[in-house]
Amino acid sequence: MNYTANPIAIAIFLAFVGFVLGMSFYFARKAKSAAGYFAAGGTVNWFVNGIAFAGDYLSAASFLGICGMIATMGYDGFLYSIGYLAGWIVALFVVAEPMKRLGKYTFADALDSKFNSKGIQLMAAISTLAVSVFYLIPQMVGAGSLITPLLGLPQWIGVVMVGAIVITIVATAGMTSTTYVQFLKGGLLIIFSTVISIAVLNKGLSTEPRPETFSPQIVAVADVTSLAEVTDEKSGLTFVKADKDGLANWWIVRGDMLEEAQSITEPAEGETLYNGAVKTENKFKSVGLVTKLPGGQTNTGKLGIFEYFSTIQKSEIVRYPKSSIVKFEDGRDHVKVFCPQITAGEDLMIPGQKFKTKTPIGKLNFISLMLALFFGTASLPHILIRYYTVPSQRDARKSTIVAIGAIGFFYILTLFLGLGAMTLGVIDLGDGNMSAPLLAKAFNPVLFAIISAIAFATVLGTVSGLIVAASGAVAHDLMDNYIGIKMTDQQKVKAGKIAAVVVGIIAIGLGIAFQGMNVSFLVGWAFAVAASANLPSIIMLLFWGKTTAKGIAWSIGIGMVSALAIILTSPSMYGQYGLDPATALHKLDNPGILSIPLSFIVLVVVSLMTQKENEGLEDIR
Amino acid sequence: MLHEPAVKQEKDNASDWKSKLGIKLFWLYCVIYMGFVGIAVFATELMKTPVLAGANLAIVYGLALIVFAIVLGLIYNHLCTKKEDEMNKKEEAA
Repeated sequence: MNYTANPIAIAIFLAFVGFVLGMSFYFARKAKSAAGYFAAGGTVNWFVNGIAFAGDYLSAASFLGICGMIATMGYDGFLYSIGYLAGWIVALFVVAEPMKRLGKYTFADALDSKFNSKGIQLMAAISTLAVSVFYLIPQMVGAGSLITPLLGLPQWIGVVMVGAIVITIVATAGMTSTTYVQFLKGGLLIIFSTVISIAVLNKGLSTEPRPETFSPQIVAVADVTSLAEVTDEKSGLTFVKADKDGLANWWIVRGDMLEEAQSITEPAEGETLYNGAVKTENKFKSVGLVTKLPGGQTNTGKLGIFEYFSTIQKSEIVRYPKSSIVKFEDGRDHVKVFCPQITAGEDLMIPGQKFKTKTPIGKLNFISLMLALFFGTASLPHILIRYYTVPSQRDARKSTIVAIGAIGFFYILTLFLGLGAMTLGVIDLGDGNMSAPLLAKAFNPVLFAIISAIAFATVLGTVSGLIVAASGAVAHDLMDNYIGIKMTDQQKVKAGKIAAVVVGIIAIGLGIAFQGMNVSFLVGWAFAVAASANLPSIIMLLFWGKTTAKGIAWSIGIGMVSALAIILTSPSMYGQYGLDPATALHKLDNPGILSIPLSFIVLVVVSLMTQKENEGLEDIR
Repeated sequence: MLHEPAVKQEKDNASDWKSKLGIKLFWLYCVIYMGFVGIAVFATELMKTPVLAGANLAIVYGLALIVFAIVLGLIYNHLCTKKEDEMNKKEEAA
């Protein structure tokens, strides 16, 4: 889609980002010591910390990714909401208090508190880095998606901007400023998402397309001049390139009639054409429409919460899923035609559009995803470090509950944001990640600017948290503990900041490379890597006295490597490499179901083999 | 100095009790979560059944999982705080 910048939007956006940066510099003066930099001095109020937890957690994946996936795939997006929240149960009931009791600054420290082993230090630092980087990719992709409609700039500029701002924030202030940035943003995100959700319910459902939404024209075959004709074998559809109103666009043949389609043509030379015209002519439109409401209604008016769901269940909705894009060659031009697919509401409101639960491999992928989401949260390094920023165990627990409440409430809203985007025709065919902000735009441009600024701050905050975690892993775990470089407090902070800059630059590169993939799907991978690498060691250390240092180190290593190996050879990654996903080494898109148990088994076996090393160690359970 | 906890902890007598409670609640939630995954994978069509004000089982079960997590968190916090006050006070008195 073509986007033009709106001056009010830019002003609100710049004011917000400026405010965040100002706050960051203010707190920078307070963070002179290593304790201040890595753990905010352990003095943050529990409520502030709880909302900041929510701010950390409600990343681009939640706001952009989940809403985008619900908007394009229906209920399957909501699975992420359920799984992400359920993960907090593991964090609160199993991990929170023992971690705080053992805890220092990083996840590696907590694991190492019993053994003081070089192997653990190395493996835990590497896994923290790997998970942080994997989690950084979707955040950067999300940032790029946001910048385009907001400021009318290309995707990569958004990625570079986020990278640069975050590096500045982290390199100046550390944990205190990220905590307050997260608090502010978490709170605002929830408030404004509530506003949009209420607007969605008030508007209800309608079969009348908005003027901005694509609604295909139907013409008789005889009424247009055909310039070319292509039949796609896979879908069985025939397409005609026809000249109408001076534009050569593609139409789908439906018997004697032609149905207008949206298409992107990449000519061998010259500019890409959208529906036969260059981008700036705005011929390419957003999609999503209710085609049939129950009882032949055309407009429901205001709806209640459950009424909204039950009405969608009885309606029919036209969608444009990626699977129904037809690609072919027209002479030397590459053509992509977006074909409509009418889906019954009752099918959209249950799992199955993205995760095909009818096939055995689909079942496996589904279980694997739900497993990784459930066990991933407690293993995320940037979530774990937040346990250390409050004064006591009791505060850590209260923070976690505030976080669960705030996050749970937001996740309920994702249903209205996603379904609203789906039925009000705001979905950008090129990038589903933008559904929630564009939904705000359909109601009010100022609301859109505010939401975009918050979403951008969301990315800033999450990325800062991740970079602090990653730089802690490098400066504290690798350089200080593992290699044993003796550093003063100030040198350590400096090393952390240099590491932050390097990780930030890597993240910028990856963010550009992964453009266009659903950010929630990408985060699913980060969860899988985290759950496979870290969770077995945390759980077994806390609950199995025979766990040894070697067992932990091997379990982290094998869990991480196996999860990464499965991801890198998966059908989705093949698509990303530009290869045919059907030729991938295996069919599993979510590694958790293999890599998590494997990591547990490795821990148990290696620990049993190395029992002698545990003699004389204190039991810390 | 970095090998010390960021904040000094006082001895907590309720620690074992809290861990055990946490594990019990975790299993309770885990079973309900597995129930959801089980239905979604092995009886997907069952998810279409309307159960509450016309909304189907998928929506209601999903929302219930979210609300239940919040409720369980509140119960856990309440019980833990009570036990901490009780057990740590006894220690001081003795």
